[in-house]
Parts: sequence; C-alpha cells; structure tokens
Amino acid sequence: MIAETALPKAPKYDDNLLRNLGLVGVLLVLVVIGIVTRPELYSDPSWVRDNILTILQQASAIGVVTVGMTFVIIGGGIDLSVGAIIALAGVWSTTLATQSYGAGGMIFTALVVGVAVGLVNGVLIAYGKLVPFIATLAMLVSARGLAAQISGKQTQVSANETINSLATAKPLGIPLLVWILALVVGAGWVLLNRTTFGRRTVAVGGNPEAARLAGINVKRHTVLLYVLSGLCCGIGAIMLTSQATSAQAAMANLYELDAIAAAIIGGTLLSGGRGTIVGALFGVLVFSTITNLFAINNLATEVQNMVKGGIIVAAVLLQQFRYRSFTNLLRRRNVGNNS
Amino acid sequence: MSATTRRRLLFGTAAAGAGLALTACTSNDTGDNAQVRTDTGGDNGNAAAGPKVIIGFSAPAADHGWIAAITNNAKAQAGAYSDVELRPVEAGSDAAAQRAALSTLIAQKPNVIVMLPHDGKELNATGLEAMRAGIPVINLDRAFPSAAAYRLQIKGDNYGMGLAAGQYIGEQLKAKGVSNPVIGEIPGIDSLELTQERTAGFNAALATFGFKVANRRPAEFTADSGQAAATSLLQALPKLDALWNHDDDQGIGVLAAIKQANRSEFFMVGGAGSKAAIDAIARDDSVLKATVTYSPSMASSAISLARLIGQGKGLSDLVELQVPKEITLASETITKDNASKYAKLGF
Repeated sequence: MIAETALPKAPKYDDNLLRNLGLVGVLLVLVVIGIVTRPELYSDPSWVRDNILTILQQASAIGVVTVGMTFVIIGGGIDLSVGAIIALAGVWSTTLATQSYGAGGMIFTALVVGVAVGLVNGVLIAYGKLVPFIATLAMLVSARGLAAQISGKQTQVSANETINSLATAKPLGIPLLVWILALVVGAGWVLLNRTTFGRRTVAVGGNPEAARLAGINVKRHTVLLYVLSGLCCGIGAIMLTSQATSAQAAMANLYELDAIAAAIIGGTLLSGGRGTIVGALFGVLVFSTITNLFAINNLATEVQNMVKGGIIVAAVLLQQFRYRSFTNLLRRRNVGNNS
Repeated sequence: MSATTRRRLLFGTAAAGAGLALTACTSNDTGDNAQVRTDTGGDNGNAAAGPKVIIGFSAPAADHGWIAAITNNAKAQAGAYSDVELRPVEAGSDAAAQRAALSTLIAQKPNVIVMLPHDGKELNATGLEAMRAGIPVINLDRAFPSAAAYRLQIKGDNYGMGLAAGQYIGEQLKAKGVSNPVIGEIPGIDSLELTQERTAGFNAALATFGFKVANRRPAEFTADSGQAAATSLLQALPKLDALWNHDDDQGIGVLAAIKQANRSEFFMVGGAGSKAAIDAIARDDSVLKATVTYSPSMASSAISLARLIGQGKGLSDLVELQVPKEITLASETITKDNASKYAKLGF
C-alpha cells in the first residue's frame, strides 16, 4: 500500500521555490538550445511570440489534467484512467444526439461524464477498498471500451462551431485554451494552498491513519479527489475535442503517463503527502517545450521520448537525494539487495 | 497475500474484464455502404449461387476508422451473398489473443479463413496451421513471411501510396515553378512497417524531382495526435509549400491545426481516402487538394474472393481457373477532377 510507507513531512516553501527555480532553469536551457540551433527562427520576434503561445496551447489540455492528477497523487492515490476519461467524455459529448443540444449540452455532457467516472473511481477506492492502481487501471480499460462502443470505433467529428472555435479564439491575443489552463492552475493553487480541502489532501496523502484520527473523513475526501481529477478530465476533453474538432475512443493516448510524469518532475511525491501545482505546471511546460525543440530541429520523436524519460529519472533521483541523505539511499539499496 | 488484498485484486480484475467484454461487442451498423458489391445476381457466372461457403473472419479490434471499415465491409459483403456464411471471431487486442481465437476457429473447420493479422510475422504460424488443416487462408493487408501460410494475399500498396503522394506533390510544385520547396510530412505511428514503406515511397518520388522533406512529425492515426503533430510542424516551418499527411482520419486534426494556425500558403495531400477527405477535395475549400487511396474496400473483395476459392472458381476475366495468389491494390490519386467518381468509395 503506497500510503502506509509514506514519510509525512511538512512542505517547506523555500524547498518548493528552489525546485521551481530549477525547472525554470531547465526551461531556459531548452530555449537557449532552441536559439542556438535555429537562430533564423528566433530572430523573428513575431515567430517567438507565436512559438511561446503554441507551446502554452499544446500544454493546455494535458496541463489541466495534470492539476487533477497532482491532487490525487498528493492525496496518496494515482489515477491511471485520465486518458480514458477524456476519451469517454470526448466521445459522449460528440455523439450526434449530444451535439443536437448545442455547445452547452456538449460541455455539460463532458463535465458530467468526467465527474461521474471520477466518482466511480473514488467510491471503488475509498469504500470498495480497491488499490488505486487496480481500480483506475480497470477504469482505463472499461472507459476506453465504452468509448469505443458509443462511437462505433469511428472518429466523431464535431460540427459545432462554438466548440471548434474554442481552439481558435484568442481573447487579448492569447489563446482561450491558455486562459483556461491559467484559470485551472490558479484555482488548483488556491485550493491546495489556501483552503482546508488542500490541507486535508496533504494530510490524507501523508498519513491517512493520522488524518482519520485527526477527524478528517478520509474516505469522503478520497472520493472528492478522484471526482476532482474526473472534472479536470472533462474540461480537458472539451479542450482536446475543440483542438481536434473531433473525438474518438483512442484519443488522449497515454495522457495518464504524461500527467503523472509532469506531476513527478514538478516535485510531487508519488507516495503522497507532498506536491505543488506550480511545479506540475512547469513539468508540463518542460515536456511541451522539448516537443517544440525537437520539432523545430526536425529531430526524430524516438530520441525525444528518450530525453523525456531521462528527465523523469533525473527528477526522481533529485528527489531521492533531496529528501534522504546519500547514506540513507545506499542503505535502502542494500536492504533491497538482501530481501 | 492477505485475504483483503486478494479480494481487491479479484474485484479489480472483474471490473477490467467487464471493460474488455464491452470492447468485444462490435457495431453491425453498415448503413448504405458503397464499398460492397451488391450486384451479386445478373449474368455474371461467378455470381450465381453455388455451394455454401463458410468463411471464418478475424481482424483486430478496431481502434480507428479504417479497421472499423474493414470489419464492417467484410460483414456487409458476406451478407450480400446467399451462399456465404460469415463466422467472425474477435481477434482481441494483441497477436497472442488472435492466435488463440484462430485456433478455435480452425477447429470448427470453416471452408476458408480471411484474416487481417495483428502482425503478419506473429500470425505466420497460425496461417501455416490452417493451411495444413486444409483450410485456404486469405491474408488481408499484413503479409505473412512464409508463402505456404496463405492461399491468397490481398493488400494495399503502402510504398505505392507514398510514391503517388510524392508524384502529385512534385508535379504540382514543378507546375507552379517552385524551385526549392519546403515540404512537410505527417506520418502515422512511426514504428509500423507500413509507415516506413509509405515514407520510403514518398521520399523516392520526391527525389525524382530533386525535392526532399524539410520536416517530419509523426502522429498516431488519431485526430488529436494529428492536431498536435501538425501544430508542431507548422510552428517549425513558418513557410510551407506542400504537406503530405498519411492518414485522412488523423487528417481531421491536421486540418483543424492548419485552421487554428491560420495558415493557407501551401497545399496538402491526404492518405487512405476517407469520405470526409474526398468531400473536402470536391468542395475545394481547404488546403486539402488530393488524397492517395488505401481503401478498406479490400475487405469486401477478400470476402468475394474467399467465396470463389471456397467454390473452386476463378476470376471470370482471367484465363486461369483459380483465383491468383497475390493481389496488390493500386493506390489511386483522388483530386477535384475525379472526386465525384470516388465519392461513393470513401469510408
């Protein structure tokens, strides 16, 4: 059980700041590599502006999902079903029947599907006592299956101009999807750092038994965390559907891994009890910037995936060194060898 | 393992199983499918009802439109013959599952087996097993390495598809007098052999004009991955002359990305030949000016040929008394000029 082995530790704000500065450093390095390798592109200010907005826009849907994922992981769980929830919400909201209710009906459907699936996840985990990994893995398979069933395995094109224009709209020169990302990240930050809900999330993830003894309804809180993740997936589904002007059962492929990776390199402990929303956002931006860097240099995506993997490993190693001393790390390894 | 943990595990597995069971149901809705030969009566000698043929059919669970069309076409074509009984078996999600399903099917001794393998190499032994059991195997699209593993292979031409796309783009750019064009490419899943063949054909055709691809961003045959790949590509190439997108289904996302980036200085060629793409080409209101076909109608033809093989008949226009061993469909280029002719063949 993940939560039982967790070492609850009060988050230190200077630590978070340091880590986020580190991620900003990584972003800067990536940008500098871009400038050095493609100076002719970076010499055009309007291209640079477009490029930043493109990176942000490409990070928007996965960024929203990562906010929900960060809450779940801080709360001691994991949600492997986020990609599948997006697919189910996307497909359900683009059926001909749903589309006949207009943009409002489509958005409502996506949000309700996201929340409902999150609720099922949460109830299975909190009250059915399923391990989060198993429960959400089962949901991953089932939700994609249901999405395939509903869509007849076809790509469902959105004929709704309002939905499709969400991806083209640019209030104040900034894409609407980026505004949505900013809004969700802002709301997530407030929720985690300035509300009882946030404090409880950290407590439940750090040590559920202590949290229970302290009077927190751990089960109900766990359900709420998965509902929150589902809601984020519903929002993400609308964003992705508007970008692709369509939805299908195979959409948002492997989003769960991208979201978990972004949360982890953003400083969220996989064992729960610790994490930051801003760090998770930087994690998403690092991935999005790497994608951009590889694209403008026409480099193979296989290498890109290797670099992403390397960054995840580096981030987790950093976490190990930061929170346990080096000798502790060695001792842990010895224990592992003996058992 | 404690009792509770075991119970949790069982609970989870049951839920996962329920999900798989859902996946296993396939849609039978074929609608007015024009990818099927329905004129199965008439004066064509081969069309006259003959001895009953039981055809076993296996294709991977559909995750995108093309595979879905393959299964739907096979079912619809079988339904058009009074002397054909189709026994579809679900191929599951990987080669091992398909092998298991086919073993069961072979034991039922159908007259012919039509299969689209998950992977030709991995299902080769199963093809051999069926052939040895005296059941002719028709390999659909993904070739077996061993010639003894199939009676007939019918497939699309991936290399030819790339060639056709490159040829069209080369000719158009040459006609426009562009000397040093910037050409983009958005393939599908890059690790697949079919993607590599398409790209090889594309590069070969461009090379004859002295052109080459400036940037290549693979997607995953889905619209959202196509949108992401195209967004990256457009950002990398501020000025573009031509773009080949391998798959019309992911092309929905590619076209969306082009619209979102507000770009129109280039023309685009699609791949596969979906109905939406052919309609867009006919309307001529977007950058999409052509598509090169890779039609799932091959599944309909495979069923027709399976019936002929089962009845021991050949193709009536050919001299030979039996159906040939290999058929490779030509990749055709659909443009505004011939879009009306192909409109009914879109899937």
